[in-house]
Amino acid sequence: MINVKNLRKTYGDLVALDDVSFEAKKGDILGLIGPNGAGKTTTLRILSCFIEPDSGSATVGGFDILAQPVEVRRCLGYVPEKSPFYGEMTPRWFLKFVCDVRGINGSTYRSEIDRVAVASSLDGVMDRRIETLSKGYQRRLGLAQSLLGDPPILILDEPMAGLDPNQKQEMAELIGLLAADKCFVISTHVMEELETICNRAILISRGKIVADSTPADFKQKGQGRIDTFFRRATSEA
Amino acid sequence: MGVTCAIFKREFRSYFSTSMGYVILVVFLALSGFLTIKGRFFELGQADLRVFFDGLPLLFIFFIPAAGMRLWAEEHKSGTIEFLFSLPVTVAQAVMGKFLAAWLFLLVALALTAPVAITVSALGHPDTFAIVTGYLGAFLMGGVCLAVSILCSALTRSQIVSFVLSIAVISLFVFADSPAFLSWLGSRVPAFLVETIANMSFVGHFESMQRGVLELRDLTFYGILIAGLVAMTCIIVDHRRESC
Repeated sequence: MINVKNLRKTYGDLVALDDVSFEAKKGDILGLIGPNGAGKTTTLRILSCFIEPDSGSATVGGFDILAQPVEVRRCLGYVPEKSPFYGEMTPRWFLKFVCDVRGINGSTYRSEIDRVAVASSLDGVMDRRIETLSKGYQRRLGLAQSLLGDPPILILDEPMAGLDPNQKQEMAELIGLLAADKCFVISTHVMEELETICNRAILISRGKIVADSTPADFKQKGQGRIDTFFRRATSEA
Repeated sequence: MGVTCAIFKREFRSYFSTSMGYVILVVFLALSGFLTIKGRFFELGQADLRVFFDGLPLLFIFFIPAAGMRLWAEEHKSGTIEFLFSLPVTVAQAVMGKFLAAWLFLLVALALTAPVAITVSALGHPDTFAIVTGYLGAFLMGGVCLAVSILCSALTRSQIVSFVLSIAVISLFVFADSPAFLSWLGSRVPAFLVETIANMSFVGHFESMQRGVLELRDLTFYGILIAGLVAMTCIIVDHRRESC
């Protein structure tokens, strides 16, 4: 569902991504891990067609990110890192707006909004202004909007940041529940999240992929601890 | 069309979801009323809206930047631009949706000045066609000012910078044909350039429409400027995404 080939992206002298290639298929919950500034967000922004790579190519859901950005975005749900949403809106209004943009209208949009609101546990705050919601609710709203229209690919940038342990658990369960017929790409720099949520893992450091395997394999290579492997691999890179 | 319409609806509703839209409208109405009465609207004894229309360009210098400053600067500052362009939205659709929402907001402001036109009609027999073309001119001139303001908003993440920049640029075009400016310019640059600059004034084209003269060249002037500025805004928004 996602095919990335030789992506390279620079910001001035800084090489954010250097020859990054990977694939992800249906059923994958692919975790992108790496230190801060490793290139995780840049990768996800390129996949969601927010920015363009300097060179290399990628297809998402069979569509080319450079030639067909609108088609790419139609088949993916994206949760940006800081959940930046319009503060003056209420979750209900906001979700309706996303439905309008995604062409979900007529009789279906109400049931669709109800479905994602229940799945993301947003009931009770649907008519409050987004700027007054706690960080946890804002993250859940981010997830809710990405589920509208049931896109086959979901890209989540640091979905657990700002959540309490209960909310993290709920988020992990929800992702697990949806995973069978979807492809998830999740960025994180927290090792436990990788272990509990993901069935595949890619370690990026300084813009390069240093390992592409599974969390279990990372753990084994780190003598039972993923963070041991993480530290060793990122310091060698 | 659906996507542009969705963005248009969201932006328009946003004006009224905070106090900002109401404050801008009330201040605009109060000042336009003040300028009209101060311009001896009643004492002149003429059944037309010249005094009211004459005050509009000056008001637009402040009112339009206030209505347009938020549109892109806020998207950049809060980072919502990243979310917006993760949806199946093209830059052109987003720019058009925002521009049309702000333009409708301007139309609401102009519609709320209807009591001035009603007063004139009640007190005398005005040239209704001149009132209609005057309002059309105000709407088009306001559209150009808005397009300037939205372009300025796309250049920065600070609403204040966007506001001040728009005031500066709009002032330049509003005062481009003022006699003082033109005589100053006349002693420094060739005559054809002076004439070109005078012709670029937003107000010159508005004045003929106030008199009930509807000419294709005025409509074309505003149409081309709006289209050009909106297209430039698209280029800037597309280019500046990288710097988020």
